[in-house]
Amino acid sequence: MVFETRTGSVRALDDVTVEVDDAHFACIVGASGCGKSTLLNIMAGLVRPTEGTVEVAGEPVEGPGPDRGMVFQSYTLFPWLRVRENVEFGPSLKSTPKEGRRRIADALLEEMGLTEFARAFPRELSGGMKQRVAIARALANDPDVLLMDEPFGALDALTRAGAQRFLTQIWEQHRRTIVFVTHDIDEAIYLGDTVYVMSRRPGRIREVVEVDIPRPRSLDDIGAPRFGELKHHILSLIFDDVDVEDVAAAPAPS
Amino acid sequence: MRTAEGESTEAPTAARDSRPGGARHPSLVSAVFTPKEPIPRALAIGLALASFVVVIGAWAIVAYGGFVEPFFLPSPGTVARTLYDMFADEGFAHDVWASFYRIGLGFLIASAVGIPLGIAIGSFRAVQAFFEPIIAAVRYMPASAFIPLLIIWFGIADTEKIAVIYIGVFFPLALMIADVSANVPKELVDIAYTLGASRWQVFRRVLLPASWPGVLDNMRIGIGWAWTYLIVAELVAASTGIGHVILQASRFLETEKIIAGIITIGILGLLSDALFRWLYRVLFPYAERIAR
Repeated sequence: MVFETRTGSVRALDDVTVEVDDAHFACIVGASGCGKSTLLNIMAGLVRPTEGTVEVAGEPVEGPGPDRGMVFQSYTLFPWLRVRENVEFGPSLKSTPKEGRRRIADALLEEMGLTEFARAFPRELSGGMKQRVAIARALANDPDVLLMDEPFGALDALTRAGAQRFLTQIWEQHRRTIVFVTHDIDEAIYLGDTVYVMSRRPGRIREVVEVDIPRPRSLDDIGAPRFGELKHHILSLIFDDVDVEDVAAAPAPS
Repeated sequence: MRTAEGESTEAPTAARDSRPGGARHPSLVSAVFTPKEPIPRALAIGLALASFVVVIGAWAIVAYGGFVEPFFLPSPGTVARTLYDMFADEGFAHDVWASFYRIGLGFLIASAVGIPLGIAIGSFRAVQAFFEPIIAAVRYMPASAFIPLLIIWFGIADTEKIAVIYIGVFFPLALMIADVSANVPKELVDIAYTLGASRWQVFRRVLLPASWPGVLDNMRIGIGWAWTYLIVAELVAASTGIGHVILQASRFLETEKIIAGIITIGILGLLSDALFRWLYRVLFPYAERIAR
């Protein structure tokens, strides 16, 4: 993936291959500026790669579509729609009958513990609730893949822990393929079956780390020895890559 | 997030607001002097009224105190009486209506063309490339400078006034609306695409609803311009209207009438502003706040 800028071209991603099995939870970690968000946007079809392809279930991706639900870090709920209408947005685009839309939305809101906020506007919700609505909205389309770009990055530590546990439950129930981008290594190990560690400039997959901590995992696992080993390993992969010269140069925003 | 019950009983004030500075001692005085700190509604209304009291009070002192000749600055009482007489005996309501009609029509036409065009400019690069330079250029030609030309084209009847208002409002309004729709967050557009929206659906179901609050807010500002251009047009050539009355009063050296006319415009402006604010609250209950 090459971006044209005013001062020349920047190779953001180079020779990246990510293969995620069905119903697998894949996390992508890397320092900021490593191109992990770009990679996710390419998977979503929002950014067209200069080279390479994306396939979902063997079908090449031509652009964004409802088979790949997306959740961003910023709260992207439509402020003029009530919570339920936000969740119904995807189905309503395909002119799903009103009844069906409502059933989908109500079931998801119940699952998210947001039934009593169905008629609220997004501004009345806390950050954690907004992200749950955003997840429900993505799931309402019944997507094959859920693409998540640091979805919990803006949440405080406690809310974040709750959101992570919650996402694990959702994943276990819905059994969707999830590709989850984060710069939080704890989060990646806690959530993922596999962690793709990226190096930067140009972004490459440094190593694919299988997380062999059995599920269901709990927050206690973060203190377990195996967790520490994995974390240490991933950290060393990332820091190896960031040499002194690189740190001295102004890091690009992710 | 809910705070724990125990905390609030221990230190009720600290738990409620633990921000640094004045908020630690939530007295009225510190609230007034803390940047961006909200103040009680009663105080806000009181301060708003006080500003009028100060201005009218200063005027009264200068006028009644005999510091200035009544010919140059008539007293508030004289102006109020004059205003009453103008409505009661001189058919001023007819002039107010004439002005109101011109504004209404000129502003409506400018909005009806400017809003769709502005949204199109903000949403589609091709439309922007075509229209923006020419609109930006015309915008810097003062609408008042068109008046002589418009008198030749349309005469001095309503059509000319409406055309002046149209020119004065349409160009800046279209550009400001273009800004509104261009500033719709890209994330909202992206997320709509990932939810399966077509380009048309993105336009109709994301760009349009996301733009409406800003559109209404700019209409509120635009109607202020409309008043300015209307009065300019009426001062140049008119046989009715508030501007015409003001000009006539100046010819007969009736200072109190001039001031009464200006105050009438101020009150009508305030009313139109209040109407738009009310519409904003009713139409966009989800919006965070109203801009100035």
